[in-house]
Amino acid sequence: MAKTEQNKLNKNLAQMLKGGVIMDVTTPAEAEIAQEAGAVAVMALERVPADIRRDGGVARMSDPAMIKGIQKAVTIPVMAKARIGHITEARVLEALGIDYIDESEVLTPADDAYHIDKHAFSVPFVCGARNLGEALRRIGEGASMIRTKGEAGTGNVVEAVRHMRQMMSEIRLLSNKPSEELMSYAKEIGAPYELVKYVAENKKLPVVNFAAGGVATPADAALMMTLGAEGVFVGSGIFKSSDPKKTARAIVLATAHYNDPKLIAEVSENLGTPMRGIELSTLSEEERLAKRGW
Amino acid sequence: MERKESEPTVGILALQGSVIEHESMLAKIGAKTLRVLKPEHLEEIDGIILPGGESTTLGKLLNLFSIAKPLKAKIERGMPVFGTCAGLILLAKEIEGEQPHLGTMDIKVRRNAYGRQIDSFIAHEVIEEFSTSPLELVFVRAPAIEKTFGKARVLKELDGRIIAARQENMLVTSFHPELTDDETVHRYFLSMFK
Repeated sequence: MAKTEQNKLNKNLAQMLKGGVIMDVTTPAEAEIAQEAGAVAVMALERVPADIRRDGGVARMSDPAMIKGIQKAVTIPVMAKARIGHITEARVLEALGIDYIDESEVLTPADDAYHIDKHAFSVPFVCGARNLGEALRRIGEGASMIRTKGEAGTGNVVEAVRHMRQMMSEIRLLSNKPSEELMSYAKEIGAPYELVKYVAENKKLPVVNFAAGGVATPADAALMMTLGAEGVFVGSGIFKSSDPKKTARAIVLATAHYNDPKLIAEVSENLGTPMRGIELSTLSEEERLAKRGW
Repeated sequence: MERKESEPTVGILALQGSVIEHESMLAKIGAKTLRVLKPEHLEEIDGIILPGGESTTLGKLLNLFSIAKPLKAKIERGMPVFGTCAGLILLAKEIEGEQPHLGTMDIKVRRNAYGRQIDSFIAHEVIEEFSTSPLELVFVRAPAIEKTFGKARVLKELDGRIIAARQENMLVTSFHPELTDDETVHRYFLSMFK
């Protein structure tokens, strides 16, 4: 198939996930809980970000056997993470028939200068971005879905909010610019000109934009939707809570009904203890995952 | 419920999936739309589109939001419904390896009939029921109709698989007209409102 056609279809696949919640799972049993709760996809990984943070060391692609187990357990799409720039991990995941690869800052980067050339793959990629320039660079490399890079594993939504606000505000700014200013703007934010032009004309990214990182409660998920996210990734927030089943369902409901506070109040009742969370000012610069990516 | 025949309100099941795409398609042809998120929204619509999305998820959400039962009843009473991709799966009476969701249409469906995402594809074909010129058909992890029975009628086969069917007030396509710039199929659906 023509490369452009595959790229369009990969963007189309992400469109089908809109309004949904994608949940981190580490076992087939967790994947089933996620699917049962109404997750639109699962992210298969060995350790949720909170544990990666706690354990330290190098975080890599998950064991293929573990990924296969999760693929067998559910009918919804299965995503998995490759290290930034790790072409071979991505090829391995593609060979496993994974539905989406997350080239993720949550794992330890394999390349400190370059991201994967995602156009060279048939499988779709999702990548993190803190601002419009970073999003358009990733899309330029072939990402067919973008997410914010909130501090994973902290249960603190502040960074995801910052990234989403930044992105939306830059999009609004750009869509008011006259055409002669676009080339300089592209240079300024380090993004491909054609994509800058697309955003200026369409007032949106050319791909779906999800929220990720630090989402821990139904209200967090609804907040991200209110700020313009088209769906939500929840990592540690579900299986680090005291009642994962209930929390998972509540986050799904709150995401679909994000502008219905009464319903969010109802589903937030008696959820038990959410994940504990980390105040970001206690993290050193090296501990901040969002800084990874170039 | 008295309503002007000239201006029906088309509901779009808005729990998840390609909602905005259907909305802008209908806006282009001047149809009034309403997002359906709660059972009470069903009272305000004259027909409904079940969009593309994840059928497993949509099926669960339909029950979670108590929409499944009243929606099924309305469809059985003749309300026009158009299911694309996941929406087709929701309407099927039989699904291979899975319990049916709304189960109103005499079709047997196979999910992901074409394989994985890398097997997703675009075709250009004439579907005479809709128009005489070729339509862009976008298949994304698409299902296929294995067979029709009862009152369901095949509208189009592609490479031995049924990709569009109709049964009285029900229209289904395994492809996504909402992901193209061509509103032909949506116009056809509007013609099903009496």
